[in-house]
Amino acid sequence: MARFVAHGSLRLDAVVPPEMNEEGIKVLGEGVPGVPYGSRITDVYPEGSFVRRLLEIPAVAGALRSLVGPDPTVDHHFVHIREPHEGQAQPLHGDAIIDVRTDAFDVQLMYYPQDVTLDMGGTLSVPGSHLRRTNESDTGRYQNLRGQSRLVCPAGTVVFLHHGLWHGGRRNDSDTVRYMFKIRFNPTVRQRRLWDTSDLADPRVRRELSTTFPWYEHATGRLEMYNRVLLWRALTGDDTFDLEYWVTRVSNRPQEDAA
Amino acid sequence: MSTNTSTRQQVLVLYLATSALDSEVVGWSRYDGTARTSPTTGDSDEPPYKSGVHALEDGWRLFQAAQLIPPYPGHEYDVSFLKHEFFFEKVVEVDQ
Repeated sequence: MARFVAHGSLRLDAVVPPEMNEEGIKVLGEGVPGVPYGSRITDVYPEGSFVRRLLEIPAVAGALRSLVGPDPTVDHHFVHIREPHEGQAQPLHGDAIIDVRTDAFDVQLMYYPQDVTLDMGGTLSVPGSHLRRTNESDTGRYQNLRGQSRLVCPAGTVVFLHHGLWHGGRRNDSDTVRYMFKIRFNPTVRQRRLWDTSDLADPRVRRELSTTFPWYEHATGRLEMYNRVLLWRALTGDDTFDLEYWVTRVSNRPQEDAA
Repeated sequence: MSTNTSTRQQVLVLYLATSALDSEVVGWSRYDGTARTSPTTGDSDEPPYKSGVHALEDGWRLFQAAQLIPPYPGHEYDVSFLKHEFFFEKVVEVDQ
């Protein structure tokens, strides 16, 4: 979870078995009809259906449970198809509209049923961009940022993105049609300690949360830490947590009179 | 024999680590008015220059730099767009 809070994403390589990926390409190629906003998983993905089985894969189900809790609702889903040698990449964007919630977040599941090579235009994402307050494709001017992630992955990979993460489908310069299936989930419970928190005091948690990224400007990178601390406090309920004293220092306004 | 030529603009946008033009490049975009290249989102992991000054040394002309704007009261800790944006151009000749 600390890694997700720092990076804004969680990647699970090849967690979907090959036989399901073969089926997945066919299912996505035929299209997956839209569902009403806010649907329950059990209502729109019947028992035994491809999507339901995808969500029941233990690694996928566990990640979803840890991130948004039990019984999240389906915001919407969409099959993304990038045609061979299409001219343009998507502009860098965050989905939906500007979303500045500091104590809740949606996740977007992205499923890749086939091996994705660099020239197939796998999803571009910018680690650590999820707390930026920008609206949809207003970031389209940014073509490349140092430390960006250009997804190359084996078939059956599932990635979860924080709703605010900057991303975009890259230009497909290959001869192969590329498929990706996205589902956005909304939490239905408070997102506090929904994951295994037995190791909260492990030093690796603090190390993960302290991750900086090459595209951060020096000064704004410090503000990223500030905002990350606030998110971690919201997720853990620990209002004393801090990194390098960033939040504590600027919150210190003693009210006691001197003796 | 004379050749008919005209000029086109190539634009380079650099995002730097601080407001100083000689600070490190953290992001970049290119637009090519000659249509000889078609830069797009996510087409490179390596910045074209180490700093803004390195771009000047390679012949790019700076024509716009982001202003330094104080944060709006109450939003001092917000993070949003990249702040240190520099626009460069090269004007190149093309055959008509």
